Amino acid sequence: MSNIIEIKGVSKHFGDDQALHNINLNIKNGEFLTLLGPSGCGKTTLLRILSGFETANSGTILLSGKDVTDIPPEERHVNLVFQNYALFPHMTVFENVAFGLRCKHTPLIEINERVNNMLNMVKLNKFAIRKPHQLSGGQQQRVAIARAVINEPIVLLLDEPLSALDYHLRRNMQIELKDLQRRLGITFVFVTHDQEEALSMSDRVAVMHAGCIDQLGTPRDVYEEPCNVRVAKFIGQANIFDTKIVHTTQKTIQVEIEGEIFTLKNSDEFAVDENVHIVIRPEDIEVWGKTEIKDTTGMLPGIVEQVIYKGSTVDLIVRLHSGRSVSATQFFNEDDENLEYDLHEKVWVKWMPGWEVTLRHMDTE
Amino acid sequence: MLAFKRFSIGTIWTWLCVFALLPLILVILTSFLTSDINHLVKFPATFANYGQLFNDAYLRILLQSIYLAASCTLICLIIGYPFAFIIARNKSRFRPLLLLLVIIPFWTSSLIRTYAIMAILKTKGILNSALLAMGIIHHPLHILYSYTAVLIGTSYDLLPFMILPLFANIEKLDSTYIDAARDLGASKIRTFIKIIIPLTLSGIISGSILVFLPAMTMFFIPILLGGAKNLLLGNLIENQFLTANNWPMGAAISIFVTLLMCSMIFLYWKSKNKSLTE
Repeated sequence: MSNIIEIKGVSKHFGDDQALHNINLNIKNGEFLTLLGPSGCGKTTLLRILSGFETANSGTILLSGKDVTDIPPEERHVNLVFQNYALFPHMTVFENVAFGLRCKHTPLIEINERVNNMLNMVKLNKFAIRKPHQLSGGQQQRVAIARAVINEPIVLLLDEPLSALDYHLRRNMQIELKDLQRRLGITFVFVTHDQEEALSMSDRVAVMHAGCIDQLGTPRDVYEEPCNVRVAKFIGQANIFDTKIVHTTQKTIQVEIEGEIFTLKNSDEFAVDENVHIVIRPEDIEVWGKTEIKDTTGMLPGIVEQVIYKGSTVDLIVRLHSGRSVSATQFFNEDDENLEYDLHEKVWVKWMPGWEVTLRHMDTE
Repeated sequence: MLAFKRFSIGTIWTWLCVFALLPLILVILTSFLTSDINHLVKFPATFANYGQLFNDAYLRILLQSIYLAASCTLICLIIGYPFAFIIARNKSRFRPLLLLLVIIPFWTSSLIRTYAIMAILKTKGILNSALLAMGIIHHPLHILYSYTAVLIGTSYDLLPFMILPLFANIEKLDSTYIDAARDLGASKIRTFIKIIIPLTLSGIISGSILVFLPAMTMFFIPILLGGAKNLLLGNLIENQFLTANNWPMGAAISIFVTLLMCSMIFLYWKSKNKSLTE
């Protein structure tokens, strides 16, 4: 796949506020790329630079090979779906969708045909003569996407387009958006702070923090192999133990967690005395009742502090002896059909060695 | 507290009944009576006064007044819209000052301001002296006591009534609509015509009504700046009461103008409601 957008060394500051630090990012043709990060991380600024509403203080942006760094938004072949949709309130759905084509002086017959096709595609053909305020949030969302997509942009930019919708609608729209992207074959650059949304929709995720890209990779990469503890914390839940390496071999490291020595995989040529974070996802943690097991080596004792029933899973918070708590997600399955835990029950906690992620401390720590 | 509420509302009610409703009823009654030299008015009741409204002389005055009011509204809109747009979109520290400049003229009586305009426009006034001194003209312009002078005076006097509602409206305009239009490839002109004007239309209409209605009946500006040459509705009414001593006719013209204005406000109100429920 070729690169449709190449971002080279882009920096942006607002006064003394550095919003983006030397961003380098290649976006492949036809992919669904998500810029993920907490508010203030620069993801929206980057999107606005791609759309042309902001200009970078340094660096260049290539759009299908052409330098568009100084091209204004009205002349760029990209379209933006705004966070609050920005549908023109005085125009009907039809007129909203037709606006871009009218700007290009497309013949009337062609406008009619293309707008109707587009409205069919987003299942809004019955609503063509309605005004935006007569539509539900999900319908407005679809109009906003139709209005942008009808211009056949090289890249469609989406600025937190689902944040105004309620949970169920958001899940449906995620599926619809992903489906639309596959059918159209247009590159989507999607901005969100919702990590679940990012993981479920994207081909690749760029995790941003304080104006930099921390990690770029597939959803599986960033979830299972976070490059630093910040990414591990931001994406999904994580139990993180801070510790020091006491012994290493070529394949293994030994660390002390809660007074117990664990032998773990040496994933990154770690050396003795290095400070590391041991990251374990809640779903990788097993919680056993006292009566269920005999051999407790490699296990940590604790007390069940909270039981949260979630339908398909049971989430536990277990307080270890040291006082720190660990969250664990238990699935109903054939081995363990009734996951019943009592509050204050004494339990043993373990995980499969090798399923943890060992991370070096970051420079800033 | 309740007693105070009743007292204050009661006072205003009484005040309005005595000084607004009662005179209005008297004017309506008068308009159906016949003129009399000794007693101002006399019976029998008649529709003749209203019938007379449709003779050519009165219709010409009506059309002239509408023409002046419409021109004045247009001038205020053309001058006021860019000004309101700039101060509403300008987030700088000069904004309160600029708004204050619009409001300051309200602190002076509009009669005095009209005299000031006379001083500027008259044959040996400031404008002519300046233009002569600069050598742009060689004979003084005769602006004062002309239709142009009346138009200048009315437009100047009513401009703030155009700017303030426009400002309030444009300030509320969400700039993401403008961004969205640009993103979709709209030029500046298209964005202005298709997005900004329709979205600020209610401000344009409010401002236009606030200028048009007073411009229809303003009488001292045509007298002072137009000389006796430009007879407008306001002057006509004043004339009927004070000079011709024909109170029933004056009352009939007043009622007619009031109805005309009410119907315009009603149409505006209807169209506003319609656009809200659409």
